[in-house]
Amino acid sequence: MNEHLSIEEVSRLIFEEMDGRRLETLARAAHDLTVQRFGKTIKLYAPVYLSNSCINACKYCGFNRAAKISRVTLSADEAIKEADFLIAQGHRHILLVAGEDPNSVPLSYLENVARELRGRVAKLSIETQPFDEISYRRLFEAGVDGVTLYQETYDPETYGLMHPSGPKSNFASRLEAVENAGKAGMRFLGIGALLGLHDWRSEAVSLVRHARNLKKKFWQAAVAVSFPRIRDCASDFHMPSPISDRELVQMIVVLRLALPDADLVLSTREPAELRNRLIPIGITQMSAGSVTSPGGYTDKKQDEGPPATRASRHREARRAGEQFHIEDSRSPAKVAETISQTGYQPVWKDWI
Amino acid sequence: MNKLIIAGKEFGSRLLLGTGKFSSHEVMRDAIKSSGSEIVTVALRRVDLAAPENDILSFIDRSKYLLLPNTSGSRNAKEAVMQARLSREAGLGNWVKLEVVPEPNYLLPDPVETLEAAKILVKEGFVVLPYINADPILAKKLEDAGTATVMPLGSPIGSNRGLKTRDSIRIIIEQSNVPVVVDAGLGAPSHAAESMELGADAVLVNTAIATAADPAQMAAAFRQGVEAGRRAFLAGCAPKKEKAEASSPLTGFIR
Repeated sequence: MNEHLSIEEVSRLIFEEMDGRRLETLARAAHDLTVQRFGKTIKLYAPVYLSNSCINACKYCGFNRAAKISRVTLSADEAIKEADFLIAQGHRHILLVAGEDPNSVPLSYLENVARELRGRVAKLSIETQPFDEISYRRLFEAGVDGVTLYQETYDPETYGLMHPSGPKSNFASRLEAVENAGKAGMRFLGIGALLGLHDWRSEAVSLVRHARNLKKKFWQAAVAVSFPRIRDCASDFHMPSPISDRELVQMIVVLRLALPDADLVLSTREPAELRNRLIPIGITQMSAGSVTSPGGYTDKKQDEGPPATRASRHREARRAGEQFHIEDSRSPAKVAETISQTGYQPVWKDWI
Repeated sequence: MNKLIIAGKEFGSRLLLGTGKFSSHEVMRDAIKSSGSEIVTVALRRVDLAAPENDILSFIDRSKYLLLPNTSGSRNAKEAVMQARLSREAGLGNWVKLEVVPEPNYLLPDPVETLEAAKILVKEGFVVLPYINADPILAKKLEDAGTATVMPLGSPIGSNRGLKTRDSIRIIIEQSNVPVVVDAGLGAPSHAAESMELGADAVLVNTAIATAADPAQMAAAFRQGVEAGRRAFLAGCAPKKEKAEASSPLTGFIR
């Protein structure tokens, strides 16, 4: 129905050095396509961090097992309390997040939390350690609708450098795990590349390939694509391949043209002003009011905004045991208000 | 113009409106008003069923409009039936626009699961308006199962491509004993008019209105398109001719 871009055409657009006029032309096409397919709506969600305990050593991550942070795993009751806090703010789509530690966050624990939560929210996703098909099926039965699992980087060499040890060090098995979720019948599959690790252009082409491949294999699943940029975290990581705002815009525009029906997801890693600007370009889903440490919603008052200096951001992240520091610290209500002012309808509930 | 009758209920307007994709509930409300529509469909997945009068439904006056909850997002009969039951329990009535759309991109309807869900829902006393591909046999099977209408698509949802299934829809209209509502893909008032000229009983429009620069104006334009098409149908459109007719007919000498 929409002109289907071949992967060669996608690649050409991604690698093209675009001047302002060219980028604007394509941004308008991406805008029109997004409005046609999704309407003027932005779906909202928020994460509940269940645990920052992790046996992996991902160099960029605040939960890296070597990171000197206090390790916390919420009880099921505490997790529900966190979710209730978000529900009271209007959220109906909750993403459960946890580091990889089968001792702290076993399958049965996630099943329990999912069962408790499912009646209170309209959509429940998880972003945790990968599972096999049977386990994902159990989670689906317990009420989990979607699985988010970023490959982080599609370049095997960079992947090896960034994930030197732990179960996550196996590139192929991580790719396979998304397919396990697809086979288990999950309604939503979220993929993503952590931008900053490797050349964004080749990551973008890989994301399109991956998304299209998943769509063909799991034709009943909706594929969502995320492209988080690395933020300061407790691991003092310096990114090898940074991506500018302008390049990010080019990437979003081409992703939209290449994947007309995929949700493009933007987290609170990006600052409020930029998030507002990216709404009309092709974003369809956003987190709002996020806190990235376990118990962070109900434990303490949310902080007042990003600390000023890079060093102080590190200290702050480390103290709080955060995975990454939030740039957009607006409340969900404030985010929704801004979405409305931009001429879009904030959508809290999008399933039953 | 005569009235549209669905399940014994009379409607003055033959334009049904979808409520997705609007930039705000206020914009939606104004578009509904200027469309003249009397039937408004709402996705149950967007309604807070614990407090259905909040949010989107507070913008739809149910004393003026018939609320037609739809089961969009359902991947199979089971999910669609579950949504319909929740809707009735929440006090949203027993009318349901049955949508079983297992594939999230083109949102094409699943004929097998739709028929199965329709049979269950009709038995449970629902007034069922099923969204289907333009498949004349499926339309008859649904009618036999007791659905109140059939709602064949003109082209995929949100595609704005118009009446691409014209030939099949013509057959459905010819054979149907229940109202035929052309649903999905109508991108311009001329598409709506074309559907009505063909003899459709009504059309349902959403994307073309919701995503227009001025939704209320576009809603009014669709209203006129539907009325023009209906009027033309009733007046009897002159049949289309493949070739020009010779002004001196060859057989004109026969007395």
